[in-house]
Amino acid sequence: MNIEIAIKLTSFLAAFVLLTAFGMLVQRRMYGLVNLFAWQGFFLSINTAIVGFVAGKHHLYISSLLTLTLKVILLPYILHVLIRRLKLQKEVEVVVNIPMTMLIGIALVIFSYHLTAPVRELSTLVTRSTLAVALATVMIGMLMMITRKHAVTQIIGFLAMENGLFFAATSATYGMPLVVELGVALDVLIAAFIFGIFFFHIHTTFDSLDVAQMERLKEDD
Amino acid sequence: MILLILLLVPLFAAVMLAFVGDRRLAPEINILGSAATFVAGVGLALQVYEQGPMLAGGKFFFVDAFNVYLAVLTSFVSMTTAIFSRRYMRREREHGRVGHMGMRFYHAMFQLFIFAMLLCLLTNNIGVLWIAMELATLSTVLLVSLYRTPTAIEAAWKYFILCGVGISQALFGTVLLYFAAEKVLGEGGDALLWTNLNQVSRSLEPTVLSLAFVFLMVGYGTKVGLVPLHNWLPDAHSEGPTPISAVLSGLLLNVALYALVRCKVLVDGSTGTHHAGNIMMGFGLLSILVAAFSLLRQKDIKRMFSYSSIEHMGIATFAFGLGGPIATFGGLLHMLGHSLAKSSIFFTVGHASQMHKTQEMDKIKGLFKGNPLVGWGMMFGVMAIAGMPPFGIFTSEFLILTATIKDAPLLTPFLLLGLAVAFAALFRKVQPMVSGEIPPYQKMLKVAHVPVLLHLILVFILGIYLPDFLSKWFHTAAELIK
Repeated sequence: MNIEIAIKLTSFLAAFVLLTAFGMLVQRRMYGLVNLFAWQGFFLSINTAIVGFVAGKHHLYISSLLTLTLKVILLPYILHVLIRRLKLQKEVEVVVNIPMTMLIGIALVIFSYHLTAPVRELSTLVTRSTLAVALATVMIGMLMMITRKHAVTQIIGFLAMENGLFFAATSATYGMPLVVELGVALDVLIAAFIFGIFFFHIHTTFDSLDVAQMERLKEDD
Repeated sequence: MILLILLLVPLFAAVMLAFVGDRRLAPEINILGSAATFVAGVGLALQVYEQGPMLAGGKFFFVDAFNVYLAVLTSFVSMTTAIFSRRYMRREREHGRVGHMGMRFYHAMFQLFIFAMLLCLLTNNIGVLWIAMELATLSTVLLVSLYRTPTAIEAAWKYFILCGVGISQALFGTVLLYFAAEKVLGEGGDALLWTNLNQVSRSLEPTVLSLAFVFLMVGYGTKVGLVPLHNWLPDAHSEGPTPISAVLSGLLLNVALYALVRCKVLVDGSTGTHHAGNIMMGFGLLSILVAAFSLLRQKDIKRMFSYSSIEHMGIATFAFGLGGPIATFGGLLHMLGHSLAKSSIFFTVGHASQMHKTQEMDKIKGLFKGNPLVGWGMMFGVMAIAGMPPFGIFTSEFLILTATIKDAPLLTPFLLLGLAVAFAALFRKVQPMVSGEIPPYQKMLKVAHVPVLLHLILVFILGIYLPDFLSKWFHTAAELIK
């Protein structure tokens, strides 16, 4: 594959990753959120495979496959099952002030470009321009966790952050060493197991997955 | 070889305890596993003491004076906590606060947590360090929510989310670190090995490393419980079972600080300035002051002592940030003293709250008369933690203060203010609990003597006599990370 084409393709996919991140920021329906997350994983996985091919790094194929199974198939499936079991389809979350959230999101993207500038200058990789997008994805995932008060949304924000980190590793260095990537995937899997358990606990205790109800633990003056 | 045993014993015990479940034998297996881990830890320490730093498992593990002392401390406190939890958790089970599955989880996750912390300490690979740290978080999330009360679930969720976010930042920092390292060391796993990075730290790109450090500081700082990233800590400590509070305070915070110090050494080596150290000093001092004043306002006993943990981690972070042989020596000693004293306090706090069936300090009274060991244990523990003279923490705080007066005199008043307020707050809160008459609702209970006494005696010995091997260790470690 031609390097020029590869650069275009990776930028293109990076744009889609960012787009899904913004989509998640405003999506109100639970299923819609999970689907957007799956799409983000899908773009990421293809991007990883392309980078692996261009750079001749074969361990990236494994990472790509790992993303595909874990973040495109397994986790969305688990989330779908949980949403159905806990009857959350109807829980449409109120997103506070969409325009404001979007503006903060845009500010975060600009901030990420600014922050990663020194790294971009030093890098010689074809993927160097996507590092800012990766950091922006991390930041937007974090923003989502802060602004939204539903347990499922917070978890998807968490997983989107993980996506951003994975993307950052691919674009800054053609992926971390395999042992690290496998370990991170294992951690994500364990985290999935734990939040699955937690959804049930929170649901039975608070009768909803709205974490805004959790406000008993406060500093009393 | 010993290193492998040290890691495999807790892992094996975790799997075994997951199968044993709620049977009568589970606490004994838990103790046995931790004791075996401790013996292996001591064996490893002896080996390092005789032969110096060593690499093992094809450079995958690295042991030197710095991490081996933390590994011994980790295995020791986990052993005493296992002894304490035998009686404590059995009683919680009888009172119906924990169910059948709960006990299974408790024991298995306890051992998994120990494994994760030891892996964190012993691995040479900064990426694996991150993975193990995340594993340690995940294994304790379920322990914090063990009681299934609304507040416990809230605390665990907060812990999960905040530490998850925090540690993600650390991963981004690690990616940046790898980016800089790869240029010098070539790609592949070797570029993340701490020993390799340390050798070439001077040629690592300083701008990238200082950027990486900000992320690493926020990430691991969340786990250390530094203000303003500390919000999860008081909740998790006050809502989880007491043995878990003891290991969280006594061990996990240390391990996170250890990760931070390792990163700081690299970054300062690369930038050639005191940039990373200054950031750590700022976070440390802020933690000391905020935690000291928060101590005054607490009503829940475990919450209060968790703020005290924040304060002490602040002191240690400040000391490592300050750098130099004296402050670093003080920081190392402080971590040791704090772990021992704080876990012994949590043991007595656990007994006291079981005796009164509450964690509210207003309702806990007459401990001296009700149960002298618990009362005096708590009193001496608080004396130790507040930095009263015969105890080890006095020595470490004194060293840190001396270094501050010498290297950063302007910060001395703030440091002193924090220490003084914390001192006063602790005594004002603890005095009414230990003295006075026994309230009618206080129940006599059998308590675990050994863990409390053992810890207090050790902190006491640290204060009056620092054994030669220990001071030699600390000097070597301080040499490595000053």
